[in-house]
Amino acid sequence: MNNSVANTARLLGAGLRALLVLTVLCGVLYPLAVTGAAQALFHDKANGSEIKADGRTVGSELIGQRYDLPLRKGQKTPEPDLRWFQPRPSNGLGENSVNTQHELLLSGATNLSGDSKELIAQVKDAKEAVIKDNSTASHKVSPSEVPADAVTSSGSGLDPHISPSYADLQVHRVAERNHVSMARVQALVDENTEGRTLGFMGEPRVNVLRLNIALKELTAGGRRLLTHRQHA
Amino acid sequence: MSPVLAGVLQLLALIAALALAYRPLGDHMARVYTSTKHLRVEKWMYKAIGADPDAEMRWTAYLRGVLAFSAAGVLFLYLLQRLQGSLPGSLGFRSIDPDQAFNTAASFVANTNWQSYSGEQAMGHVVQTAGLAVQNFVSAAVGIAVAVALVRGFALPRALGSARAGDTPIRTGFVGNFWADLVRGVVRILLPISVIGALVLVACGVLQNFSGIHGVGQFLGGTQLWNGGAIATQEVIKLLGTNGGGYFNANSAHPFENPGPFSNLFEVFLILVIPFALTRTFGKMVGSVRQGYAILATMAAIWLGFTALMMWTEFHHGGPAFDLAGGATEGKETRFGIGGSSIFAVTTTLTSTGAVNSFHSSYTGFGGGIELLGMQLGEIAPGGVGSGLYGMLVMAVIAVFIAGLMVGRTPEYLGKKIGTREIKLAACYILITPALVLGFTAVSMALPTPKDSMLNSGAHGFSEVLYAFTSGANNNGSAFGGLSADTTWFNTTIGLAMLLGRFLPMVFVLALAGSLAGQTPIPKTAGTLRTEKPLFTGLLAGAIMIITGLTYFPALALGPLAEGLAS
Repeated sequence: MNNSVANTARLLGAGLRALLVLTVLCGVLYPLAVTGAAQALFHDKANGSEIKADGRTVGSELIGQRYDLPLRKGQKTPEPDLRWFQPRPSNGLGENSVNTQHELLLSGATNLSGDSKELIAQVKDAKEAVIKDNSTASHKVSPSEVPADAVTSSGSGLDPHISPSYADLQVHRVAERNHVSMARVQALVDENTEGRTLGFMGEPRVNVLRLNIALKELTAGGRRLLTHRQHA
Repeated sequence: MSPVLAGVLQLLALIAALALAYRPLGDHMARVYTSTKHLRVEKWMYKAIGADPDAEMRWTAYLRGVLAFSAAGVLFLYLLQRLQGSLPGSLGFRSIDPDQAFNTAASFVANTNWQSYSGEQAMGHVVQTAGLAVQNFVSAAVGIAVAVALVRGFALPRALGSARAGDTPIRTGFVGNFWADLVRGVVRILLPISVIGALVLVACGVLQNFSGIHGVGQFLGGTQLWNGGAIATQEVIKLLGTNGGGYFNANSAHPFENPGPFSNLFEVFLILVIPFALTRTFGKMVGSVRQGYAILATMAAIWLGFTALMMWTEFHHGGPAFDLAGGATEGKETRFGIGGSSIFAVTTTLTSTGAVNSFHSSYTGFGGGIELLGMQLGEIAPGGVGSGLYGMLVMAVIAVFIAGLMVGRTPEYLGKKIGTREIKLAACYILITPALVLGFTAVSMALPTPKDSMLNSGAHGFSEVLYAFTSGANNNGSAFGGLSADTTWFNTTIGLAMLLGRFLPMVFVLALAGSLAGQTPIPKTAGTLRTEKPLFTGLLAGAIMIITGLTYFPALALGPLAEGLAS
């Protein structure tokens, strides 16, 4: 009995020592060495692929963000700022519930199933909103034009992309709200549409942040031109 | 190009890449586990451990090593989480509660990586990097070690111990040295691939820094707060070791874990490369690569069939919400699309990985059923690193037994007789996981409170619970995310299911290895079942489907089948 206890203790000791040795190798040396190499070789990417515009950081190329109007008094859910291209819904995105000293982004999906009443209601509401927001006096959006990604939340809630058809759908509205021609906005969408990687990987997509940065440049340029003309 | 065609082309590219890696990696692994030389760094490590890497072990000693090392792992990881609040480098995050810390420690040591926490808000740098990521390496190495021990049971021409007087030749075969197998698996296989893979992922946009919590300005003002960390180094081994535990809550759907279509395919490749290549290692070690091809063919056929079915159902998008939306894009990322998501979902559930790039709960009813069934096959097509191979070899033992019954011959496999003892061990192996899954699910449904954790009601709610225990006991770790699993009941029961579902089967596998290693091989005759032929591949696949079907059909009928047929 005594012998078997001693044997077990000896064996556990060996297990613990093995774990510590492997922790030094895989948990300290390996991540530090790779971090060093990554920071030297791919500095921007290792730190979040941030994008600068007008001399300030405006977000990460990889992480979606909201383009909403500031909350009015008493308002709980913000309204979309329709001057800008809008991303996919992100109903699964949360706020952190532990370690609340930080307001961290909490990635996530809705996890709702295809027969869920809640999801059906979300899709229905989103579809109506997309139709209403994107219909202009001269252009009526029909339900069949609304692509699936415009009314469903992504897996992470941080999808930085929309489908080219959702971007196209928003062109009428964005052009009208920014007082620029549809052709110029459509050209921006086309310039910012990425095809499949190597022609077959993934899906064609539009990075909403990049598109909105390009739109801002266009409208700022347009506005400068306008003020210039008024002076002349 | 249509999305369907693009999906098929991605699948073909993946198969081509796996085919290219199959021989070199499989041969390399065979050399790693048969070589008699030790690297200098390995010698230092053996010295620190206090183990003699050249001492041959019987299966009981090998098992004791597995259990002692894993027990140390659970204890260490539990304490690390419990002490997080006072550890430096933890972003000021609180210590983890006891039940969740137990669940997480069990989960990562058991190669499951079920997560009842959300990574970005709960785990700081030290726990993620020195705790969770380390278990991703070592639990994978343990899995491969056990598989290699079983292969040695088939491969060894004679019991090395039988020459000594007084030893009975049966049950005394040697199956290798656990410490050497563990250390070599990490040093010579997992770590080198991880270093390269991590840098590839960083080049795609995966974070790799220790910058802590980081505020980033937004387009319309304000800031987003996210935490950085050693994400690429953890991501690569999470996939390569078929672990699956995400740095972030959204796992591989998060753009910082999986930034684009190329990284997506690369991640699927990482998941599959070792489990498939191990069939080559097996073939090499038993002296006939064609035996390995027969096992590979069974694994590949199931994987490919499931992927085709999944693509069909997801592109077809049955379900009222998807019909209304015009596609099953809920829970899926734009950059991957339906094709890239379906390939990932099937791969992750057939390999005991459990990482997700899209959310399984929001798949179509049949899609969810394919994911469930994939896990219920016992994670063998191709299965987790090591566990896939030993699971498949146990099924092969069952298949030759069935064939033996049909023709009335004593079954044999690779020159070893499959006698009463071997069949008993194999039967125990295939019974233990279903018993855990169905038992815990039944108790959870019968008790009043666990049902409160379900997000969806009806058939889908039942699927959430069934999925949770299927995922835990099969060491997968993916979730039908709707279930609020951070309760004392689910943390404890799923924790137990994961530990028992990992280590009890290992007991039977190692006992089988010992029993086989103690046998003198019998010569091949005209009546020997040709286990390297397509006929055997078919028999094996059939045996797997029938056994799984009979075990789980009633439970599947109550969940995903009911939902799929209703939509």
